[in-house]
Amino acid sequence: MNSTTLAGLCGAALVGLGLFGFVTHPNLLRKILAFNLMGSGVFLLFGVVARRGAAAGIGADPVPQALIITGIVVAFSATALAVALLQRLFKETGQATLRSAPKGSSVDGADV
Amino acid sequence: MTPSAALSQMTTTAYGFLLPLAIVLPVAGVLFALLLGGRGAERFALAVMPAGLILSAAIAVGVWRANGVLVYLIGAWPPPLGIALRADGFSAAMLVTTALIISGAGCFAFLGNYRTPDGATEARAPLAFWTLLLSLWTALNCVFLSDDLFNLYVALELLTFAAVPLVCLDGRAPTLLAAMRYLLFALLGSALYLLGATLIYGAYGELDITLLSQKVRPEPAVWVATGLMTAGLLAKTALFPLHLWLPPAHAGAPAPASAMLSALVVKASFFLVVRLWLNLIPWPMSAAPTQILAALGAAAILFGSVLALRQERLKLLIAYSTVAQIGYLFLMLPLASGAHSWAVAAWTGGVLQAVSHAFAKAAMFLAAGLVAETIGHDRISGLHGIGRLLPMTVFAFGLGGLSLMGLPPSGGFAAKWLLLSAAVESGQWQWAAVMLMGGLLAGGYVFRVLAPALAAPNEPVPQRQRVAPGREILVLVLALCAMLIGFAPPELLDLLQIGRPVSTMAVLQ
Repeated sequence: MNSTTLAGLCGAALVGLGLFGFVTHPNLLRKILAFNLMGSGVFLLFGVVARRGAAAGIGADPVPQALIITGIVVAFSATALAVALLQRLFKETGQATLRSAPKGSSVDGADV
Repeated sequence: MTPSAALSQMTTTAYGFLLPLAIVLPVAGVLFALLLGGRGAERFALAVMPAGLILSAAIAVGVWRANGVLVYLIGAWPPPLGIALRADGFSAAMLVTTALIISGAGCFAFLGNYRTPDGATEARAPLAFWTLLLSLWTALNCVFLSDDLFNLYVALELLTFAAVPLVCLDGRAPTLLAAMRYLLFALLGSALYLLGATLIYGAYGELDITLLSQKVRPEPAVWVATGLMTAGLLAKTALFPLHLWLPPAHAGAPAPASAMLSALVVKASFFLVVRLWLNLIPWPMSAAPTQILAALGAAAILFGSVLALRQERLKLLIAYSTVAQIGYLFLMLPLASGAHSWAVAAWTGGVLQAVSHAFAKAAMFLAAGLVAETIGHDRISGLHGIGRLLPMTVFAFGLGGLSLMGLPPSGGFAAKWLLLSAAVESGQWQWAAVMLMGGLLAGGYVFRVLAPALAAPNEPVPQRQRVAPGREILVLVLALCAMLIGFAPPELLDLLQIGRPVSTMAVLQ
């Protein structure tokens, strides 16, 4: 097993771990962290794809690297938005999970 | 598509210069609105709307005049290294719909709560609303014009970042919770989508959909990649069983935001599902997976409609009806693929369903907003006699309902009739049966609202506040648009056929 395959397997493992954490953890901050773990796995896989292009004799493929940088910026913005939303949610309700609000108050018709 | 036709899509065409403008205009609007702030942002956003309308109409005319796909190569770099923007008939229809509905919702908001009168203190909520509205427009145009899998990922994320804050604009705990749930579904969806795009790039070294459609072969990498991408997109489109986030988010948002979210935002990820299964994956390969997607769509129609029948609040009823109507869109996939004789009708029907549902649903959400403003709540049990207070609004709601049911002469009728005839002609009776059932159920939930609304009230209806007549007229205009689509001349429907994928795999035949 060469280092490229190893990196690829690590990426796949990160995606798997992230997905598991995202689905099973009720705590929202943990969900956000799990999403970031999953994103890191995807970016690592993208890097492996670039490396494989190099192995095929094209030289290091620069396109995936440009895509990874863009992807990191997007994931960063997503995390910032999610954390801001979580902070506000915690301030309003004191909860950091997706437990439903008391029944009947979910959609107040008076708001327009 | 023949190789020579694919090659002709690798250069910038006449009218191609319009495509980047459609993205640049709303982006410039966002930046200027933030700079101007307050009242300036509101007026600037209103000024962008007619310009955006003209631009999207010009693109539609360009597709029509060129009688082919419009292409613009960014920086004159051809794919696979560069990024191409492409507009076909479907893109043009969605661009015009987007411009009309965003303008309608924008004017509705300006005449309502999101206008800062002269002399009043400027607040944060209107500024957030107007910048998010323009960001939403940017992201939608970007999705409808992109043809590059990674570019589409960025566009989808932009759309999420604009749509999620719109849900919790009032900052109350239940809407914050709904926005958080929406964001988590959307983030998981985009991570899965990006993973799929990575695998596609790993297998073929390209991300351009038109180029990829020449190369894809039925192999494990493609199945895993398209499976992941589709799962991600379904979470964003809220197709059954991934619809859980939609009703609280769409019902909790302010009325103009609900209208845009339900009419347009869910269509963007559906648009990508169409690109994936009809443009990227050639016909015999897509046969079995599209049957699965259509089965999920059928389940969404039945499940969403039954749940809509059981809701106690008007906005939740309309939101569950969106879950059901999304199902119809997915019935298009197995019918419109390949070079069959019925594919033409199914493609037109699917596009018409997307467009007519957009107008009908926007009108219905705005109508529900006016009802809630007038009587102070939106409980269906308390709607008695509302037809006396808001005759135009209730009429518009009814017209939107006709389109959802698929009764003539509405746009929904034309869409569902075309899909129905394609299902019958191709021998896929099961989808025809589901469509008829869905129409009956839609009749049920629309009747549940209209029957009390039009009944004579026993006692005078308590009125909390009056609404501006201009807003009632706007709602009626949107509902009439949904009707007018039913009268679309055949020439207009031919426009939708431009760029319809008819590629079949040579190797498998």
